[in-house]
Amino acid sequence: MASNQIDINRLGKRDLAELAGRGQESVSILSRLREVALKASLALLLIIAITFIALPVVALFLRSPLDTTLQSLHDPVVMDALRLSLMTSTLTTITVVLMGTPIAYVSARFRYFGKELADSLIDLPVIMPPAVAGIALLMAFGRMGIVGHYLDAFGISIAFTTLAVIIAQVFVSSPFYIRQARTSFEDVDIALENAARTLGGSRIYTFFHVILPIAINGLVSGAIMAFARSLGEFGATIMFAGNFQGRTQTMPLAIYTAMQGDLDVSLCIAIILVAISFVVIFLVKTLTRRVYKNAGN
Amino acid sequence: MLEIDIKKGLRDFDLEVKMMIKEGEILMLVGDNGCGKTSLLNLVAGLQDPDEGRIALDGRPLFDSGLKIRVAPEGRNIGYVFQSYALFPHMSVYDNVAFGLRTRGLSRKAIESRVMEHLKAAGLWDIRKARAVEVSGGQRQRVALARALIIEPDLLLLDEPLSALDVRKQAAMRKELRERIHACHVPSIIVTHDLRDVASIGDRACLLERGRIALTGGADEVMGWGEGLQDREGEPV
Repeated sequence: MASNQIDINRLGKRDLAELAGRGQESVSILSRLREVALKASLALLLIIAITFIALPVVALFLRSPLDTTLQSLHDPVVMDALRLSLMTSTLTTITVVLMGTPIAYVSARFRYFGKELADSLIDLPVIMPPAVAGIALLMAFGRMGIVGHYLDAFGISIAFTTLAVIIAQVFVSSPFYIRQARTSFEDVDIALENAARTLGGSRIYTFFHVILPIAINGLVSGAIMAFARSLGEFGATIMFAGNFQGRTQTMPLAIYTAMQGDLDVSLCIAIILVAISFVVIFLVKTLTRRVYKNAGN
Repeated sequence: MLEIDIKKGLRDFDLEVKMMIKEGEILMLVGDNGCGKTSLLNLVAGLQDPDEGRIALDGRPLFDSGLKIRVAPEGRNIGYVFQSYALFPHMSVYDNVAFGLRTRGLSRKAIESRVMEHLKAAGLWDIRKARAVEVSGGQRQRVALARALIIEPDLLLLDEPLSALDVRKQAAMRKELRERIHACHVPSIIVTHDLRDVASIGDRACLLERGRIALTGGADEVMGWGEGLQDREGEPV
């Protein structure tokens, strides 16, 4: 046997215990080192990710001093874009909620022929490129579109109007609401609905007095997401509604146009949109936290 | 009197039940998990529809496949206590119990008076403002029962009403449950796994096996049925 090797057969109990202890200590140090390395790697990854997202946002604020931003607010381009965006996004959200709530409820509760296809079609605008959505809307509702040419015969023109902005926003933002609403309705225990009906509640009474109040936080969260999506919509809007100040030039379109001339104006609009985005994220987080809290009850 | 003569195709077998329950009688429905007990209650309540047959309460058809009659659940005046109690989580104890009276369009004063009477009788008046899901298991059971009884139902359906309670509370509730149900003088069906419930609460018992009534008899005869029955821990009797 080599001089540096230990003959285990000659060792007593105390020696064996000491060896085992030293072995355990080595394993313990190794696993601690691994844990530290893992935590350090994750921390580094988190810092990189946050920096990647924060840097452009911070750059926006650094590049445009507050007084310049406030001054730009008086620019008619900015005011028109802000007014138009807020008006169209609000109308879009109302439309999406009114249309989407019964669709989401039916999707959550009922099985019917073609349900899978219908649900897929509802989700399609999420993955469809916005520019493609814009062209598709033009082909449907434009003057030469399959529906548009009939409307044109009655003197009704949709493309390149404020209505076209709303239609484009509804098209791209509705899945954000419907998916969230569907999930919220699915989370309402069917036994509650059944209990309400056995207690004399009609389907409609049960919906408004039991299902809706329980699902409300999720529905509001979905509506906020739809509002945010419609506010930021660019591709479908510019293709279907065009880019006319005061009529179809929403805030994202105004940023794009202003960038070619007055950077300060485009920065001002961008900062307003970022501020609104932060508010949206805060509201959604607060509401979804309450959803989980209520679900736990 | 409740008359049931129905067929319904379930996932693994067909439910075929023919029975009558007299006014004031408490029928205990026992059987293994998945034998169709809850499905039967849901069919009687109108939450599901039989494939064919007839359900009538005091001569009034609730469902008749031949005459194409189907009364919606909200029109059947049936008190149903669900296994999970199904208390509305966004409502207080008071509002849960008042729900069935509000759907019937009673005046606010009438609702207040009846809710107070039922909550006091159930020992729940002091917690009337608490959210129904925040009270104890035993209190939830009493809220669910009060909610079902306040509408003065023509029929009572209870799905394992004591299963969520601990052993001591179950013993206390059995007597109270029997007294409160008997006071209503309506036919009642109670689903249970526990033979102690059968012996303490029911007048008659039915053993359901794969959707069919295998045995029927007095509550005291159940102990002799043996195979097919389990106690609450899932152990065979």
